[in-house]
Amino acid sequence: MRNIIAVAGVVIKELYRRKDFYVLFIVTVLICLVMASVNIFNDDKIVRYLKELCLLLVLVSSLVIAISTTARQIPAERENRTLLPLLAKPLSRVQLLLGKFFGCWIACGLTLLCFYVFFGALSASREHHWPLLQYFQAGMLHWFALGIIVAMALLGSLVFAAPSSNSTICFVVVGGIMLVGRHLDKIALPLPEPVRSLTMAIYYAIPHLEFFDTRDLIIHNWPLIHWNYFGLAMLYALAYIAVFLTGASLVFRRHAVN
Amino acid sequence: MASILKTDNLRVEYRSREMRHATKLALQGLNLEVNAGEVFGFLGPNGAGKTTTMNVLLGFVQPTSGSASIFGIDVRQPIARQRIGYLPELTYYYKFLTAEELLRFYAKIFGLARAEADQRIDHLLKLVELEHARKRPIRSYSKGMQQRVGLAQALINNPDLLILDEPTSGLDPLGRMKVREIIQRLKHEGKTVFFSSHELGEVETVCDRVAIIHRGELKVVGRVDEIRKPQHANLEQAFLEIIGFQSEVAT
Repeated sequence: MRNIIAVAGVVIKELYRRKDFYVLFIVTVLICLVMASVNIFNDDKIVRYLKELCLLLVLVSSLVIAISTTARQIPAERENRTLLPLLAKPLSRVQLLLGKFFGCWIACGLTLLCFYVFFGALSASREHHWPLLQYFQAGMLHWFALGIIVAMALLGSLVFAAPSSNSTICFVVVGGIMLVGRHLDKIALPLPEPVRSLTMAIYYAIPHLEFFDTRDLIIHNWPLIHWNYFGLAMLYALAYIAVFLTGASLVFRRHAVN
Repeated sequence: MASILKTDNLRVEYRSREMRHATKLALQGLNLEVNAGEVFGFLGPNGAGKTTTMNVLLGFVQPTSGSASIFGIDVRQPIARQRIGYLPELTYYYKFLTAEELLRFYAKIFGLARAEADQRIDHLLKLVELEHARKRPIRSYSKGMQQRVGLAQALINNPDLLILDEPTSGLDPLGRMKVREIIQRLKHEGKTVFFSSHELGEVETVCDRVAIIHRGELKVVGRVDEIRKPQHANLEQAFLEIIGFQSEVAT
């Protein structure tokens, strides 16, 4: 555990010493503040559009941070040759992978916290209330979805050597899952065999990230998700994280260090 | 004298992607023994198998046959690495960390207590003459400073055995001299140093014994003065003769 924490600590330091997060955060804040300053037809419900835009920016920013940070971890260690002195110490490859995973995941959690605090403040300035439990559920589900994405990008970084190709593939896969994944079962119905079965298999195999997208919940101030479903969603995410990390450790075990 | 590093009939074959050459023989039947407290030079031309040997010793590469042990423990056991320090060739450490943070990170991996880590970090930064730059990010370091911070990380656990892969590679004469001084200081402290180098003058200065390897095969092992036979002016001439190089100018 000590080794995992040490590796994770370096990943978190890297994130807050790089400019990526600050740039995305400032861009999000500026866009939202500009939008908030505009008063269209004196419409009170305009705040919903503002919340929707802000949450969309938070979602995109969090995906960029999660994928770009994770995709470069192992390739950068190999390229800079820091993997050699690291593995020459009493640190196993599994510990290194877990350290990288938790580092990226916690770093994503911290950035999400900043984004959600800003969102909460912006929303409260217009609606004059703080639905903290809704924010907690939305934030946690968002964070667990990022956990799946981080684990997937970590596996990808061991399969695809270049961080840029891994990032691109991860963005395409995540975008595909979020936009098309939920409709694959309907798409499969009119298809001939064996394409139909194959499409259905993909539908059941992919992690359904839409389960974690609770933007509508806070945009329209809907009631809380039942805590049992909330817990099940967490377990669902943890299962996919475990699958991706197991795959990553199996690939990494056979990987040449240099 | 107790041997703390030993390879027994070590053989490593790499699979080649080219169809014609199914395997590449990197090491063939390497037998080496390094005794406690000695500085051992590991020499050979590029591609001779020096780095492969080090990779086996560090557990990065599995030998095809034969065995290797450090302190009597099979190198495949992670615990064998608890008492060794390793400096790879040309490493670019985490640019966003300072030297102090980098050493603290490695100290955590070895499980050093906070007070002990502080003491080791102070001692090592003084040893490698980086005290003045301890709070500066590594990205601002020169190549020589980066190599010295690498040497410091290799020493963080106060290892009994140091494995250095071309520690002076790419350094200017002043940088090389500083690294050489550190190796000599470690020798006086009773540390065992196993290092590869192309700088034969440096090897002659600091090593007690050397081994010369060529095309994966051990050609000679012994004391520097034994290898540097009376007819050879220096180790470089002996080295060239052992690996079978004949100068076109001479012929």
